[in-house]
Amino acid sequence: MSERAAGAVEAVFREEWGRLLATLVRWLGDFDLAEEVAADAIAVAVERWPVEGVPDRPAAWLLTTARRRAVDLLRRRQTYAAKLAILKVEAERTAAEQHATGPLDSAQIEDDRLRLFFTCCHPALPADGRVALTLRYLAGLSTTEVARAFLVPEKTMAQRLTRAKRKIQDAGIPYRVPRADELSDRLPGVLSVIYVVFTEAYAASQGPALVRPELADEAIRLARILRDLLPAEREVASLLALLLLVDARRDARTDDAGALVLLADQDRTRWDRTKIEEGHDQLKWALRGGPPGPYALQAAIAAVHDEAPSYESTDWRQIVTLYDVLRAVAPSPVVDLNRAVAAGMAHGPAAGLELLDELAEVPELHGYHLLPAARARFLEDLERFDEAAQAYRSALDLVGNDVERAYLRNRLAAVDAERAQRLDQKDPP
Amino acid sequence: MRYALLIYSEEPTAPPSQEEIDAVMAEWWAYDTAIKEAGVHLDGAALQASQTATTVRLKGEERVVTDGPFAETREVLGGYYVIDVPDLDTALEWAAKCPGAKYGSMEVRPVMEFDTPEQ
Repeated sequence: MSERAAGAVEAVFREEWGRLLATLVRWLGDFDLAEEVAADAIAVAVERWPVEGVPDRPAAWLLTTARRRAVDLLRRRQTYAAKLAILKVEAERTAAEQHATGPLDSAQIEDDRLRLFFTCCHPALPADGRVALTLRYLAGLSTTEVARAFLVPEKTMAQRLTRAKRKIQDAGIPYRVPRADELSDRLPGVLSVIYVVFTEAYAASQGPALVRPELADEAIRLARILRDLLPAEREVASLLALLLLVDARRDARTDDAGALVLLADQDRTRWDRTKIEEGHDQLKWALRGGPPGPYALQAAIAAVHDEAPSYESTDWRQIVTLYDVLRAVAPSPVVDLNRAVAAGMAHGPAAGLELLDELAEVPELHGYHLLPAARARFLEDLERFDEAAQAYRSALDLVGNDVERAYLRNRLAAVDAERAQRLDQKDPP
Repeated sequence: MRYALLIYSEEPTAPPSQEEIDAVMAEWWAYDTAIKEAGVHLDGAALQASQTATTVRLKGEERVVTDGPFAETREVLGGYYVIDVPDLDTALEWAAKCPGAKYGSMEVRPVMEFDTPEQ
């Protein structure tokens, strides 16, 4: 089957493929082989099911088909390692068949998916590799789609995936769910991969579009899968809440021409009430039973915005307070930046500007376009137009996304016009 | 799988006091005992200070011997363990327990396994 056809089939069977793959990786201990036979099994299903009808237990049928194919392929290899792998697969099959609920029980599949999450997001893997593996194997995107999501050539993405898989194999990264006492160390890594996927979708760091809706949907889907797999983890619910509460504003963030619309100017009737409600429910649950974690706090901030009838009537003081708590729980220069903006809204642009200027020397914010962009906005409000123009220019030097760039250019043009007008008033003809 | 736990740390600029040495050595002995009693220990050694190192290389036929370690870095290799454990997570747990993780950093590397040539 050609790669293209395989991709199309995988897209239709994405969920099924992901489940199948998770179990096959455990049985075979080999991502590439698991991937190949999972795709083969799906291809056979696509050919036969329409003619012969869908089997009673489709998942078990797919797994059996994939297993037979794997054994065939392994026999051909003739190596010692292949012989061991066959023994392992057969042992797994026997074990599975002796299991009371039959060859494939759904709890077992879910365990395998959770294993796959923790392996793909293992801290021993490079950050870009974790994101790539998660999108490829848990979201079930094709290599082409993952490459497109991160605007890198397909070859680059294929190499990234290969390197990450090789590290899993060579370094002996295990296929297991961390013990309860390890979970607090390991879960944030998994959550942050999903969060990175969402942030890239929400404000693409490069390229023509501001939002990549498909990628945002994938991030939410991953968060939902993880929410089902770890129903007792409050921060998982918080992450899902955060993504929903932010994503609810997606349609209002650009106008009909695709230009950026800031939170201040968004048409709030275009916000997705269903997502907001679901986000609220998740957050409410997550806030019970202990102090809030960093995702719960960010979700709470998003919720305050979503509740406000307008930008001006937003409860900025509450947002500043939530940022204060967030700063204590998970300090980061970006949190300081967001807090400064909120404080400017609560206490006036001069106060906001003062806080922003305190961040000028923070190394992590060097090269971050939103710092000069935020300064520019407050300077504009303070009618310090020369400095505002300068700050907009600094932001333009750093911005990577075309829609944001267009927005900054517009603001700069408006500020320049204001400056010209003032000069005219100063020097009467 | 076999893993090498490579222990890196900065060498002290001033000689530590006897109490400091005793306290640190007690930690090392405790770790050494634990890793051996757990049955995962294959090999290990502590190395003398890097100023005792001598580097040798061949330039054609000529043997070039120089004083000091091969690379001048702040953190130097101070010792190692080789352990046999099921996976990276277990190796990382042993590495994290090692006093070397507290006083410097531990590099965890799988040992290359070669297929035995068939008879």
